[in-house]
Amino acid sequence: MRWMWIDRVVELVPKERLVAIKHISASEDHMADHFPAGDGHPPCPVMPASLIVEGMAQTAGILVGHAGAFQEKVILAKVSRAELALDAVPGDTLRYTAVMDRLSAQGAATKGTVERIDPCCPGTIEPFGEIDLVFSHVDNNMAGMEFPEGNFVFGEQFKTLLRTSGINA
Amino acid sequence: MQRDEIFEKVQGVLVEALAVDEDVVTPEATLFGDLGAESIDVLDITFQLERSFDIKINQGELFPEGVGQDPEYVQDGNITDKGLEALSEKLPHFDFSGLNDNRSVQNLVDMFTVNSLVNFVEQKKAEASA
Repeated sequence: MRWMWIDRVVELVPKERLVAIKHISASEDHMADHFPAGDGHPPCPVMPASLIVEGMAQTAGILVGHAGAFQEKVILAKVSRAELALDAVPGDTLRYTAVMDRLSAQGAATKGTVERIDPCCPGTIEPFGEIDLVFSHVDNNMAGMEFPEGNFVFGEQFKTLLRTSGINA
Repeated sequence: MQRDEIFEKVQGVLVEALAVDEDVVTPEATLFGDLGAESIDVLDITFQLERSFDIKINQGELFPEGVGQDPEYVQDGNITDKGLEALSEKLPHFDFSGLNDNRSVQNLVDMFTVNSLVNFVEQKKAEASA
C-alpha cells in the first residue's frame, strides 16, 4: 500500500525545519468518495483533513527522523493542535513547514504551518492551517515492549522520497 | 518563582495537554485518574513543562520508568520495599505515603497528582538557582 502524503522535500535545515509539498490530484482514489454526489448536489472532491494532518506528520516525522540519522523509530504520538481554515481541492499545492520545538531521547514536539498555493493565482500563497504534533521514539518509551529490530517507520517509500528530494538517508 | 505562580503555569500546561477545564486541575487532582491522562501524554506534559519553565527534564526524572518490569521492584502486582525505597529516592517530588497501606501498582498511579508536578518544578527551579 502506498501511503505517502507528501511529494517532495524542498528544504531541510537539520534539527530545525523541513518544508515539503503535496500536489493534490483528482486521480487520488479518495476524491471520488470525499464527497460523492447525492441528494441533488454534484460531487465535491476535497482533500480529507485527516490526510492533510498525515502529510504534516510525514513532513515533521522526517525532520525528527533525520535528526537521529533515521536510527530511531519515530511514531506520531499526539496531535496537539490541528486547525485548518480552508479546503484543498484538485490542482492545489499544499506546502507543509515543520519546525522542531523540542527534541530529546524520548521524542520530539513540532510546530507546523500549512499553506495553499492556488494554480489560478501564481505567486499567491495563502495561510491554510496550523498543526502541532508530538512524536515518540518508541524504543525509548515503551518499557517492556519489544518491536522489530529493523526500522519499520522509514521504509522504502520514505527512502525513495528522500533520495528523489536530494536528501541522504 | 512563588509556588502559586508555579501552580498556575502547571495548571495551564495540563489544560493545554489534556484538554481539560481549568477548574478541574486542582492541586490534589490525580493526573491519570481525575484528569484522564494517558501514557502518551507524559511526553507532551514533559515537553510543555520544559518550555513553560525553561528547564531540562531528563528521562525518568519526572515519572518512574521501568519500575513495573523490574522483579526487584514489583512482585505479584505490588511494590516491594526495595521498589518503594528506589521510588522515594529517585522521585522525591511524589508523596508515596499512600503506598504504606496499599502497595498495588494501580495505587502508585494515584500518587501522580498536580501537586507532585508543582513539587517537581519547585525543586528544579531551586536547583537551578543554587
